[in-house]
Amino acid sequence: MRRRELWGWITVAVVLSALAIPWFLWGDDTLIAGVPLWLWWHVGWMGLASIVFWLFAQRAWGIGIEATPSSSESEPKGQRRSSNSAAWGDEP
Amino acid sequence: MTLTIQLGIIVGYLTLALGIGLVAYRMTDRTAEDFYLASRTFGTVVLLFTTFATLLSAFTFFAGPNVAYHEGPEWVLVMGLMDGIIFAILWYVIGYKQWLLGKQYDYVTLGEMLGDRFASRWLRGLVAVVSLVWLFPYVMLQQVGAGTALEALTDGAVPYAVGAGLITAFMILYVVVAGMRGIAWTDTLQGAFMLVTTWVAMLWVLAVVGGPGAATAALEAEAAHHLALGSDHYTIQWMLSTAIVIGFGVAMFPQVNQRFFAAGSKTVLKRSFALWPLLCVLLFVPSFMLGAWARGLDVAVPEGGNVLPAVLAEFTPVWFAALVIAGAMAAMMSSSDSMLLSGSSYFTRDLYRPFVERDVSERREDLLARVGVVVFASAAFAVSLLNPATLFELGDAAFSGFAQLALPVMIALYWRGTTRAGITAGILSSQLFYLSSLFVAAVPAAYGGWTAGLVGMGVGLVVTVVVSLVTTPAAAERRSIYFDGLGAD
Repeated sequence: MRRRELWGWITVAVVLSALAIPWFLWGDDTLIAGVPLWLWWHVGWMGLASIVFWLFAQRAWGIGIEATPSSSESEPKGQRRSSNSAAWGDEP
Repeated sequence: MTLTIQLGIIVGYLTLALGIGLVAYRMTDRTAEDFYLASRTFGTVVLLFTTFATLLSAFTFFAGPNVAYHEGPEWVLVMGLMDGIIFAILWYVIGYKQWLLGKQYDYVTLGEMLGDRFASRWLRGLVAVVSLVWLFPYVMLQQVGAGTALEALTDGAVPYAVGAGLITAFMILYVVVAGMRGIAWTDTLQGAFMLVTTWVAMLWVLAVVGGPGAATAALEAEAAHHLALGSDHYTIQWMLSTAIVIGFGVAMFPQVNQRFFAAGSKTVLKRSFALWPLLCVLLFVPSFMLGAWARGLDVAVPEGGNVLPAVLAEFTPVWFAALVIAGAMAAMMSSSDSMLLSGSSYFTRDLYRPFVERDVSERREDLLARVGVVVFASAAFAVSLLNPATLFELGDAAFSGFAQLALPVMIALYWRGTTRAGITAGILSSQLFYLSSLFVAAVPAAYGGWTAGLVGMGVGLVVTVVVSLVTTPAAAERRSIYFDGLGAD
């Protein structure tokens, strides 16, 4: 279930990226209210992206990254912060 | 008169910034984590604007409108895709994961995060060296830009070396005193200031010329092809290459990447993520359309000069034009100060500490960090006086250079099978390929319209995966730390 949801969001991300530039208006110079139509598309698309990102942040944030769904408050995370020396990145 | 107003506004701005820095200094713990990351406490507005102002300032005001003037306003679309969509997605994919890891393991730099996972201080050092190779000339370009602007502003009364030197000295003072917290606060002020002035500037010019319809009609008469989507300059391959390469490059730029560690909470990251596309549209559309419209408005743009100051000089009062130009110069400085801070942190944490002096107390590291800022800034300034062609070329290509790091890092973040040999080979090969495309004539800069930057990213991806598949992980690698038990709060 979680896996299908992840692929769903990946598809959404790809579509958002793919149509950010309105390729279907290539060569088009239609003007609306003194501004090219493709610029209106851009404004609308960024607005849409913002709404989609907001929905993602509300519903699926943590997907693909957090070990457990972020909604479950089950076990509080213990103090896993390593000591300074452990974060060194050296061979032991 | 103009000069007095302009200098007055610049000096006023610097004084204000220094005041904010001093307030920030009083709130600072004397630790490196606080100096570099403000102890990971940023709220939504500060994080959003500091990332935004750091990233987009000088380009938005000068280079962007210039391109729109000469080639048409399609840059808006490229910037929208690169910053509004691609970078926002990376904000989650790279940024959120880095934030969680940074919180859990106290990472301050990208190199530190990778070095810990792959148990290799050499990898850590490699990431720092690669980053500094691209960052150093980029900082230098900012100094050159600010020094040249000051020289032009004062008609040569302040020569380049003096102007750039003064600005460098001010930035050193400011960064050393204020640290990340002070920088982020001035960035926030500046980001808001940039948004407001850009909109006022566009509305002002449009009001004078009779609205967008009239401005567009004038542009149509002068260069009708600018209104149609696409041109010889804006090809599909070029637009996609540029948006993808710069979008990924931005996420690896030290001063941006480090901000992934600095958020105060998950909510802050979520809100910034959703607001990002809106901020892009709000800033880029007026700024780039001003540049594009200027083409039809008979604005006298000097050869090789900037369009925006010329438009403002033509249509708005002196004080307003001065305000915008002063804001633009200040914005250049705000990018540079963040870069100095990040450059210093990469140097002290990933090169000095692991390779020169291993046991450093927190207090001493804090001091080292500030010394690092002085050394980095002074060196960049000194080298800029020699006018080195190679470094200028590196600075211009910095975004693509950083983009080469992105895919090996992403693979490491999401695929347990990545090995130390794999990621090291991926980083080295893509850097080598991209540098060759810049400096070796036999390696072309474009492949069927696609840029070498994009092709290099592909090289890094393939090499990282293939080498990881054919090698076994070193015994000391901590293969699960990017995956197990990762969760917020």
